[in-house]
This record gives sequence, C-alpha cells and structure tokens, in this order.
Amino acid sequence: MKRREFLKSMTAVAATGIVSAPAVWSPAKAQSRKETLLFVTESGPNNFDIHGVGTNRPGYEVSWNCYDRLLSHAVKTLPDGTLSYDRDKFTPELAEEWKADETSITFKLRKNATFHDGTPVTAKDVKWSFDRAVSVGGFPTFQMKAGSLEKPEQFVAVDAHTFRIDLIRKDKLTIPDLAVVVPAIYHSELVKKHATAKDPWGLDYTKTNIAGGGAYKVTSWQAGSEVVYERNENWKSGPLPKIRRIVWRMVPSAGNRRALIERGDADLSFDLPNKDFVELKQVGKVNVISNPIGNGIWYLGLNCKNPPFNNAKVRQAVAYAVPYQKIMDAAMFGVAKPMFGDKDNVANGLAWPQPHGYSTDIAKAKALMAEAGFPNGFQTTLSFDLGFVVTGEPICVLLQESLAQIGIKTTINKIPGANWRNELLKKEMPMIVNFFSGWLDYPEYFFFWCYHGQNAVFNTMSYQDKEMDSFIDGARTAAADNDAAGYAKNVTGFINKAFADVPRIPLFQPHLNVALQKNVSGYRYWFHRQLDYRSLVKA
Amino acid sequence: MGNLVLKRLLVAVPSLVGVVIVTFLLTRALPGDPAAYFAGPAATKEAIEQIRVKLGLDQPLIIQFGRYVADLVRGDLGISLTTGQPVISEIRTRLPASAELTLLGLLVSVSIAVPLGIFAATRPGSLIDHMCRVVASAGVSLPVFFTGLMLVYVFYYLLGWAPAPLGRLDIFYSPPPHFTGFYLIDSAIAGNGEVFLASLKQLILPALTLGIFSLAPIARMTRASMLAVLSSDFIRTARASGLSPFTITVTYAFRNAMLPVVTTLGMVFSFLLGANVLVEKVFAWPGIGSFAVEALIASDFAPVQGFVLTMAMMYVALNLMIDILYGLIDPRVRLES
Repeated sequence: MKRREFLKSMTAVAATGIVSAPAVWSPAKAQSRKETLLFVTESGPNNFDIHGVGTNRPGYEVSWNCYDRLLSHAVKTLPDGTLSYDRDKFTPELAEEWKADETSITFKLRKNATFHDGTPVTAKDVKWSFDRAVSVGGFPTFQMKAGSLEKPEQFVAVDAHTFRIDLIRKDKLTIPDLAVVVPAIYHSELVKKHATAKDPWGLDYTKTNIAGGGAYKVTSWQAGSEVVYERNENWKSGPLPKIRRIVWRMVPSAGNRRALIERGDADLSFDLPNKDFVELKQVGKVNVISNPIGNGIWYLGLNCKNPPFNNAKVRQAVAYAVPYQKIMDAAMFGVAKPMFGDKDNVANGLAWPQPHGYSTDIAKAKALMAEAGFPNGFQTTLSFDLGFVVTGEPICVLLQESLAQIGIKTTINKIPGANWRNELLKKEMPMIVNFFSGWLDYPEYFFFWCYHGQNAVFNTMSYQDKEMDSFIDGARTAAADNDAAGYAKNVTGFINKAFADVPRIPLFQPHLNVALQKNVSGYRYWFHRQLDYRSLVKA
Repeated sequence: MGNLVLKRLLVAVPSLVGVVIVTFLLTRALPGDPAAYFAGPAATKEAIEQIRVKLGLDQPLIIQFGRYVADLVRGDLGISLTTGQPVISEIRTRLPASAELTLLGLLVSVSIAVPLGIFAATRPGSLIDHMCRVVASAGVSLPVFFTGLMLVYVFYYLLGWAPAPLGRLDIFYSPPPHFTGFYLIDSAIAGNGEVFLASLKQLILPALTLGIFSLAPIARMTRASMLAVLSSDFIRTARASGLSPFTITVTYAFRNAMLPVVTTLGMVFSFLLGANVLVEKVFAWPGIGSFAVEALIASDFAPVQGFVLTMAMMYVALNLMIDILYGLIDPRVRLES
C-alpha cells in the first residue's frame, strides 16, 4: 500500500461510514412492558444450581423460582402491613399432603405435575434429588444435615407418587429444612443423561441449565449483566404467577439503581442500601418496604481462646464501650433493629434476636477494665470483611474511636472477601465485626452454630462452655419432644448465658430493603433474602 | 511488508511466554484462597479441602502450570468460577463490548482534541490555546466515575434525554445477530436501524465520559508536534510561496505532525481498554475490565490469567499496527526499517 492510496482510502472509509449510518428502519418489536417486570440488583448468579460448587446468593434466587420443593411456607401479614413467609405454617408445593409419625414422613406427590419438558414428576425424581443433596458435599449437604437428613437410605420412593423419609432421629427442624432452597426437585433422567464419570451428579449441566419444573424458566442469561425468565404456563404446584416475563438486570452502581427506580425505568430495586431507602421513603415517589432479617445479627466478636478477651470482664467492658446508637445512626441510617439497651441482661421471652442490657457507659467500662487488670488498656486489631465495606467500615471506625476512650488501641484490618473465610476458619483474629443469619429461624438453631462448643465456623469467637452446650442440647431435645417447659427453660438459659459472658456483642438486626413502583405489589419477605417472583403483581 | 509483520510477530513470542509465566505466578501469589471462597460460608476445613482437590489446587505448582499450558495450547482458558462460564467465551462476548465503547470514546476524543490542538498550535498564547489547556487539564483531573455519574445525573436523571444506563441495549431490544460483536456494526449489517440507534444511544454517555478523560494527552501531543512542524523550514517555504493557510496547516503541517499523535493514540487506546473498569461499572457495561476486576476480588485465577494474556496479545497487535501505520504515513520510517 502506498502512502497516498492509504490516506485517500481512509477518507473514503470515513465518508461511507457517515453516509451509511442510518440504515433501514425495521418494524417496532412490540414487547409489551405490561407483561414484563424489570428489576435491578447489584450482582447476578454464577450458577443456577444450588447444589453446585460455590453457587452465590443470586444463584439461590434462580433455583428458588425455577425449581419446586415438596412443601413451602404460607404467607402472613406483619404488623406494619408488609407480607412475609410464615415460619410456622407449611403449604403444599409438589407434595399435595404429607403425614408424619414417630419414625417417618410420607408425602403424596401431585399427579399432574410435570418438569419444564413435559415429563411427569415422580417419587423417583424426588429420591434422586435428595440423594444428590446429601451426597455432593459442601453447602447443600451441610444444610440437609441441619434437618437430620444425612443418608440416601433415608429416602424411599414407595410408588410413582408416594415418597417417604425415614427419620434417623427426632428433629423439629426436619420439616422446616424441607422448605428451604436446597431440597429442590430435579428431573433425574435429564440430568443423568448429562452426567459423566467425573461428574456423576451432572453438576456441570445444571450449572447453566434448569432441570426442574418450577414456576419460571430461564430463557436467556448473560453472566454478570442479565437473566430473563418466562413463566411456566403448565405450573401446577401453586397459583399461576401473574407476570409472564421477568427481566433481571445487574447494575453495580447503587446511584444508578436508584436513578432507574426513581425515573420509573425499573419496576423494582432489590436489596437497597439503607441510605437510598431512607431518602426514597422521604420523597415518596415509589413504595419502599423494609423487613428485619430473621435470625440475623451484626455483631462484634471477641476471641475467647486468647488473652485478653478470654477474660469475661474485658468482654463486658468492651460491651459497655460500644457506641451502639452512633452505629445505628451513622452506619445504618436508623434502618435496623437495635439489639442493645434492655433494662437488664435477663432474657425477655423466647424470641431471638432480642436486645441485651448493655449500653454505652464509658465509666462502667473503665471500671471493668481496671477490675480485669487492664487499667491502661492494651493494643489489638479489629478486622472486617471488605466485601461488606459499606456497613463494616463505619462500624469499625466508630468502635475504634470509642474503644480508645477505655485504653484499647485498635488497628483496623480490612480483609478482602476472598480471604475472609480463610481467616475466620483460623479463628485467630482477636476482634471482628461480622454478620450471621440462619435460614431456619429458631433460637436453638442460631445458638447451635454460633455458641456451641462443637466450634462450627460460625462460632467465630471459639467460645467453649459446658453449661452453654447443655442448654443448647437441652433446647434441641425439648423441641424434638414437644416439651414446652423444658424448651423455655433452656432457651432462656442460653440467652442469659450469652448476655452474661458476651463472647459476641450483638449490635443490631439489619433490614432487607426493596423499592417498588406504585403499580407493583405482592412482594414477600423470605428467609433466604432473595426475591420470589411468583407472588408479584404488576397493575 | 509481509516480512516485517512476520519478523515482528516472532519477536513477540518471547514476551507472550513471559506473560504466561508471570501471570500464572502472580495469581498464585495473591492473598485470597479460592477454595475457601467457593466452599461457601458454612464450609468446614474438610469441605474446603474437597473443593481444593476439585479445583486441582492441591497439586504442586509445576503440575498446575503444566496443566494450564496444556489447556492453553488447546485454546482452553479455563472456567470462571464467579460467572460460571468458560473464560474464552466470556472474553469473546466482553472484549467487543469494551472495544466498541473504547473506540467510540477515542473517536469522540480525537474529533475534539485534534482540531483543538491544531488551533492551539497555530495561535499560541491566544484564547483558544488557553481553552485547550483548560479543557485538557480538566478532562484528565476529573476521575471517570465522577464524569460518568455526573453525565448520568444530568442527562438521564434530570433531563431524561439519555436512555437508562443499563448496558449495551435497552431491555426491549434483542442484540443483533453476532458477526463482529460490535452492536453498531452488526446491526448495520443486519440492516436493523432501530437497534443501531438504540445501541448508539446507550453508547453516547459512556463514550463521552471516556472521551473527556482521554482528551488531554491527544490534545497536548497534537499541539506540541504541530508547533514543532510549523516552525520548520518547509513550512516557511510554503508560506513564502503564498500557499493558503489551510493548505499549509492541514496538507503539509498536520500530515507531518501525525506520527507522534498516532503513537499517543495507540497508547491511549490500549490504556483505555484496560482502564475503563469504572466507566463499565457506572454504566453497567458488560465489558472486559469489570470482569477482570471481579475475578481478582474473588481470587478467581482463570479469568485473571485469560484477561492479562488477551491484553498482552492486544498490545502486541496494536504496536504492530502502529508500526505499519508509521510506514504508511511516513515513507522514511519504512525505508529505515
């Protein structure tokens, strides 16, 4: 190519570019907005299958809406008028009815239920799905165990539409654990077709394909930007959802999510930051709903294994030095349930979470520090997960400032999300700010994971106490035996103990916020903290 | 020219090999532990070990590296754990998205910066020269996320002129049939004017954001190189010969001043391609930068390695292209090489 030719040809290209730009007009693609619901969140799924390796929370949402479970929860109206799942009432989903006795539970499946490809759902599929959940390892197996569902031998396909679970022990959480996201029912023949010797449960296939019979089907997925669903017109496990098409867009910038909902381009914005929630509520252009997260607490954890926090007096001193109200106002914009300032440290009923008796009292904290033998304080580090920087950082800064007043000099240690779990497992961090919530909203469940001497990963403080363990075990046994008096005694026992020993200092119970256009209704809070599309209505 | 291309490509091989080794080692040296991350919040130590074995991370480094290279030779860049997709297909869909945005941003930038630079050079010290200086320093000192959010606030939120910042297309359009991956080109090929306009509308604000940011180096470089050329002998001769000022500036001066400008363009382009993460975040753009950063946060090795490798290959290709362009713009360069 010669220089002159090249320069000339460049001009020619530029010229044609300008001329040919406005091409032919095609007829409008009329996809009515009325039948489509567009909602936005910060991030999207990485895997459609909750049994998969490392499936993230948005992935649970896909599973929840595209697969059926044997049973689900009824709905109830909360005192503030919002709707929530009802922890204590179960409704049929794939199972029409079920009967429990001392040793087993028998389910009658719907005869007309089919998977998305039209194949009827049978008890064989249920058995295979449950076998899979208890065998693949990792999170699904762990969650099944929480309801004493541990071995494939427990699951029996009696006939095409009868399925039985044999109990290995009496456990109040068996039925509730069947209504969580994990025990989804898979199309066993379809998945088996795609299984390989290396991948006997077909996890690779279900990662990007739905092999279920739930109310919605995924029609397209662009990882990190969009998921589109279509309603399953043949869904039999509940009333047909009102919305035909759901478009889920991932918008990383919180500011833009807010602009989208305010401008009316998005119908729903899920999991709003508290700041946006408060301001949107003031403006009043859209409806906002906020529900406390069940069995969920942000807390300050103190490592009980090592000094100085192995001394209960030091822990109590810290509990009196936490600037609770400042944290509520500055970090949470007032949108959270306070977990402090009760009249004393004695349990107030059996509800959990409930506030403890500590409040900010620097003089008392100083006295306790002196009593514990640390009149001049000490130095330590305060760690938090950078993945939750919006909440974690302001809390830590406020804590640092307040603890300095009683002589505890803290260095704030910001740990990247990828490393946080690793650090938690080591259980070496002296002070951490962290969040825990349990799907199963029962106090003994929370305490079993967070305070029990079995030292699960959620017992981030390595708290070990024989009396505590006996209260927790006692409550679990009493619950299984329907022994109300014994249950009450043990639950108040472990709550009192947790407040007196304060290995972890509850700060507040956070909320889950959602904003919807005025014409969108039917939103329900669920324990899994994801969006259920099935009940949504767009007028 | 064929010889030149071949020679340059051969020279690039050692640097690519270096990139493969260094990215592999660097990702392994990152703090996080992918097994702990992907084992989920409830994982026990045993569960994490199980995942580690599944991901092949229990093997010695040298064996992991051997596997990685073997996969690479087969064109397999591994699977991204964060998005669950093969890295190669992620890059294939995301690279055009980033490239389209970056190219358009560069076009915006060039169409403002080059005339501005030329005017500033022809009238040094004048009002337009000062304006050039102000625009350039403002552009480079405003962080892109600020300019981006500002533009969204004014043109989308307040005025409602721009479409919702929701990525490459409004939800009620489907993307054009895949040909180049550039929506503008693909929709033009498909003859779908509506999708063309829709994707152009989505592109305007992010491209403008990038354009404003990259104005400075191009405008300053144009000005400087024009000043040098304008003071040279052949321009004086041209002036003395009574040629019109337009012919002198555009035909003679600018063509000779183009060389350093093209170099700068190449650098700005490659820099923008990797660095427009923030623009991608603000406009929910499914680009390659945000993909790489998310992977990095999750200690997800495969996409990070794939990203760096792709970028290295792009740099090699870009440099080659610029060198060829040199030869076309200035025959002297070609002779010397």
